[in-house]
Amino acid sequence: MTGAHAADSLTPLDAEPGGLAGQGGGKPDSKQAGGGAPVVLRFAPLPEHVRTARLVAVALARRAGVEDGLLDEVRLAVGEACSRAVGLHRSAAPAVPVVVRLDDGRERFGVEVVDAVSGGPVPKPEEEGAAEQLGSESGFSDDADSDMGLAVLRGLVDDLEVEVTASGGVIRMGWPVITPHWVR
Amino acid sequence: MDLNLSTRHEGDRTVIEVGGEIDVYTAPKLREQLVDLVNQGRYHLVVDMEAVDFLDSTGLGVLVGGLKRVRAHDGSLRLVCTQERILKIFRITGLTKVFPIHTTVEDAIAATD
Repeated sequence: MTGAHAADSLTPLDAEPGGLAGQGGGKPDSKQAGGGAPVVLRFAPLPEHVRTARLVAVALARRAGVEDGLLDEVRLAVGEACSRAVGLHRSAAPAVPVVVRLDDGRERFGVEVVDAVSGGPVPKPEEEGAAEQLGSESGFSDDADSDMGLAVLRGLVDDLEVEVTASGGVIRMGWPVITPHWVR
Repeated sequence: MDLNLSTRHEGDRTVIEVGGEIDVYTAPKLREQLVDLVNQGRYHLVVDMEAVDFLDSTGLGVLVGGLKRVRAHDGSLRLVCTQERILKIFRITGLTKVFPIHTTVEDAIAATD
């Protein structure tokens, strides 16, 4: 894991301070280390990296002041969003990294998971259609709900926004921060 | 944390003890285990999830796939789980209506329908 990242050389897992648009780029500002400086993860779309993303997200959420009782939710939600992005990339853009932006705001811990593939259910070859074939009994008979990852996210996270664009998609999530910066 | 699996047979029932994290990386290992058991003619499965630390939708998909396979042989797939954080995921997805969920392995083994 390094701070430097070349756009044309994909490292397996790369974390850097600063935003996607270069916020906080350059040398990390030690005065911002406790908050306000986004952390960006860029990783090859491999399943083994999803756990790392979950661990980083929970560590940052805890430090940001997210309530302990919500950390499991952060862990699951970030895992679901990253798994979905990894699945999309592996099917359509295996050379393109998944990007996760974690932003320790003053009142909200925000996470963005960015994929470079247009929306749609994530292909799961072995289990594809399994839930649907169980019919309405499972609640997955509707195409819109066939993506279990999104179903979990929608049921789990109150502060959730799913945006699909021509160039990909972004899942934005947020959790309240209970410890204000000014008392840390 | 990786995924730990162990199986034992109790009459015509097979208990699969699962420990660790079931996610997009480890779920194929569980899928392979369930498929192997069905291929061996074991159609009544009890998945003990008491030692599972993490479960996501990929893991749910594998369990649904396992259920589908045993149902094709008039079999059953029962879960043992008392952990609220795991049960919550089944509730969110409506899968509590699909899987029989028991509080002990003994109950799951004794259940007939």
